[in-house]
Amino acid sequence: MANVSLTNLHKSFDRTEAVCGINLEIADNEFVVLVGPSGCGKSTTLRMIAGLEEITEGDIRIGGGLVNDVPPKDRNIAMVFQNYALYPHMTVFQNMSFGLRLRKYPKDEIQRLVGDAAEVLGITELLQRRPKQLSGGQRQRVAMGRAIVRNPQVFLFDEPLSNLDAKLRGQMRIEIKRVHQHLKTTTVYVTHDQVEAMTLADRVVVMNNGLIEQVGTPSELYHQPKTHFVAGFIGSPAMNFLNCKLFKDSGSLAVSVGDILKLQMPADRNTRYEPYLGRDLVLGIRPEHVHEKRAGNEVQTEVKVNFIEPLGMETMVYFTVNGVELCGRVSPEADPRPGQTAVLSFDAGKSHLIDPETNQVL
Amino acid sequence: MTVGVAVRGLPERAPSVRRGRFYLWLRRRSTIAVMMCFPLLAIITCLVAYPFAYSIYLSMLNKAETAFVGFGNFLFLFKRETFWLVVQQSILFALVAVIFKALIGLIAAHAVNTIPSKGQRKWRGMMMVPWVIPPALSTLGWWWLFEPTYSAFNWLLAEFAVPAVPWLSDVFWARFSVILVNVWVGAPFFLIMYLASLKSIPEDLYEAASIDGASAWQKLFHVTLPMMRNIIAITVLFSIIVTFANFDIVRVLTQGGPRNSTHLFATYAFRVGIESGDIPLGAAVSLFMFPALAILSFVILRNVRQRTVNI
Amino acid sequence: MTNVTRNNGALSALLGSKSNIHVNRRWALFASYACLIVFVIFFLCPPFYMLVTSLKTNAEIANLATNPWLIEQGVTTEHYSHLLTETAFLTYFKNTVIVAFFVVAITMVVSVLAAYALSRLGFWGSGVMATGVFLVYLVPDSLLFIPLFNIVGGLGLLNSYWVLVLVYPTLTVPFCTWIMIGYFASIPKELDEAALIDGANHMQMLLKVFIPVALPGLIAATIFAFTVSWASFLYPLAYIYSDNQMVLTVGTVTTLIKGDVFHWGGLMAGALLAAAPPVILYAFLMDYYIAGLTSGATKG
Repeated sequence: MANVSLTNLHKSFDRTEAVCGINLEIADNEFVVLVGPSGCGKSTTLRMIAGLEEITEGDIRIGGGLVNDVPPKDRNIAMVFQNYALYPHMTVFQNMSFGLRLRKYPKDEIQRLVGDAAEVLGITELLQRRPKQLSGGQRQRVAMGRAIVRNPQVFLFDEPLSNLDAKLRGQMRIEIKRVHQHLKTTTVYVTHDQVEAMTLADRVVVMNNGLIEQVGTPSELYHQPKTHFVAGFIGSPAMNFLNCKLFKDSGSLAVSVGDILKLQMPADRNTRYEPYLGRDLVLGIRPEHVHEKRAGNEVQTEVKVNFIEPLGMETMVYFTVNGVELCGRVSPEADPRPGQTAVLSFDAGKSHLIDPETNQVL
Repeated sequence: MTVGVAVRGLPERAPSVRRGRFYLWLRRRSTIAVMMCFPLLAIITCLVAYPFAYSIYLSMLNKAETAFVGFGNFLFLFKRETFWLVVQQSILFALVAVIFKALIGLIAAHAVNTIPSKGQRKWRGMMMVPWVIPPALSTLGWWWLFEPTYSAFNWLLAEFAVPAVPWLSDVFWARFSVILVNVWVGAPFFLIMYLASLKSIPEDLYEAASIDGASAWQKLFHVTLPMMRNIIAITVLFSIIVTFANFDIVRVLTQGGPRNSTHLFATYAFRVGIESGDIPLGAAVSLFMFPALAILSFVILRNVRQRTVNI
Repeated sequence: MTNVTRNNGALSALLGSKSNIHVNRRWALFASYACLIVFVIFFLCPPFYMLVTSLKTNAEIANLATNPWLIEQGVTTEHYSHLLTETAFLTYFKNTVIVAFFVVAITMVVSVLAAYALSRLGFWGSGVMATGVFLVYLVPDSLLFIPLFNIVGGLGLLNSYWVLVLVYPTLTVPFCTWIMIGYFASIPKELDEAALIDGANHMQMLLKVFIPVALPGLIAATIFAFTVSWASFLYPLAYIYSDNQMVLTVGTVTTLIKGDVFHWGGLMAGALLAAAPPVILYAFLMDYYIAGLTSGATKG
């Protein structure tokens, strides 16, 4: 078991920079998820930790020791690949034991280790099969088995679930979490799927354009995004963004969106927002904070519904404000109809204000 | 992949810097790669590149290989009627044979692809037989079929009251015969290439074409052939090279006769260089193949590259 | 669909069938089988005729009154037994086997090593080299046999079958390397990364991962190398003239013809026996054979 620390990590391919300076401390036993859109550098970062990519600049330490020039096999890591990367000509047992055999472990030791790992993953009865004869979920388990059998210091997962169908992905997510709780090995997990990130991680690292946007627990990221990007990336459906202006309204601060919408900002944010008075800002508000009229002193606005998405326990309504299509979440009882008007409440206390020049959440 | 392979445990393992450097160099990826490629490089350099350069030098010597004669051998060949006959026959032989091989291959591939898939293996297997028998040996069988007295073909023709054909003794029929045998040997290659290419055309393209109202012929011309265009080009060009440089069939069947009318570059070079002992002149004859081969190779390479890019 | 219907309306009316598609399909099948039968007769008639001749008595072969395509006066194996006991056929066979064995071994070692380096250890000039390999594959044996005659003569290898072990790799190695590059390139990169993390070095990666995974390609390349070294005709014809060094192709064609009297039965028996090993190999490994043939253009 070990911590992993990345210091000022850079990676350039030819002339393009894929990773442009990453600093990250991953504690022992921690489950960290790197998440971001494709091309954000998350996989490259993981592959540098694995030793599969050369480091252009910066340092990687695993368990305190500098591993910049240590080949992958000597880093005491294990990796699970997106396409499983199982050796097609070997049985499950041979696949899982390959690393041990190369390291010349004694035979009975190999038997025991593979047996234990297979038990943890519930694949004992598959040990003599070949990858071809396995389903997607079983292959995924074998790939994990190959990783855990060596009891490495760090687990690396590179989008391990993206080849599975939605139902299996849910099951395997639980499986991975269970294995981590059981083994408590430090884990770095890369995904583009924010649901995976939120459900699995102790801490989530949101990356964009080769840089870390924000590091935090899932709930921090959701409730206190620090940048425009994180606010928009985390949460589904995505946060609504509206251009707005901050002004003073009878002693407290408020924002206006065109002439249509005025939202009073909570008084406790006054000091934070004061310097931006009169500026053009971006208002961010999640769909669940735009809902049907409820008790309380929230702002209510009458809008024309463009279309709806009934999801059963809730209904998403889409409507246009100031030329921007927004999404709101109402209870099915409110029964919005496309083309008709609906009265919606904006939960101003849950909204965020973003400075469009720095893209920081204020 | 990493280049860092070499660094593991270096401080403990390398007491002296010099040995460490060598050790490092030895374990570098590019060093390993070059070492792995070395046998290949050696074969290509010593047995292909060097003989080729040597061949150019050789072609400029006199028969006894004692004096330098410049382009004398080439100029000598230009004045020989036989040489021009060889040029003419090589081109005719390659083009006609390849056209028929391609046609037969295309029709046969289509036919195999049309029948139910469980019989396809069997038919394909039978039609591949000519490709598998060493050509020098199967040509012996053809020779026997063309034998003037006992010709089994002439026997069949006689059954239908057609006069006997002088297969190998008449200029036209001798040329016809060598081309026929070449088509027989080479058509299965086209069949296999085209069949593989046909099978790789996605079925839904045909379904879409059907829905768009295409007839069977329209599907052939608007879906099948365009999808196969690249592989047809590669196969045809490749086959032109092989046919143009052919040796076995003509050598066994006619030995270049009658009256040198079926000689190809290869058989003529063999006659001149090995049998008559004028090695430099033979080398010169062989070298005349090179420009045509170089151009064809270049075009093939472009096609193969394109294909790789397209996929 | 409407076009199809219109075009074949008359036909289906004629045949009184229930469905146009069905009729179309029937005609296509009929035409296909007709073509296939014609082609198969064309492709198989020479080997068939060779077989028939090789099993006939000399008297029947010489008799112009009988049907040459049939055996009417009894089957005989005398040509085969004569071939195996009275001629140098078995020597040729042995020589050919030795040559083929060494050529295949050399070819596979050289081309697998090179293909691994060229497909995975991208180094300076590896792209150019892969292209070069392909171009060398396009060089026919008839371009270089004359300078090679002088070169092997200088090495003192003329009239020894070892010369074939030396020169055949120029025909086999480029193609085998090329198709192995194709097969290796189709192995997902993640597989070698997994092996790297599992602790394999280059040799272990090649032997324990690449070769087993690319086994079909390896078999295809082996078959190719074997077929080429078995069937080659020009090099042995040019470089070997002694009976005890001769290989099958040349031995059958040149030395079994004695004088002006051709022993057609024996000649055909010799040709068929000499062709048997590649044909048998083909019968068992047809799919690999075809994969090897087509992969030259479709892979890499």
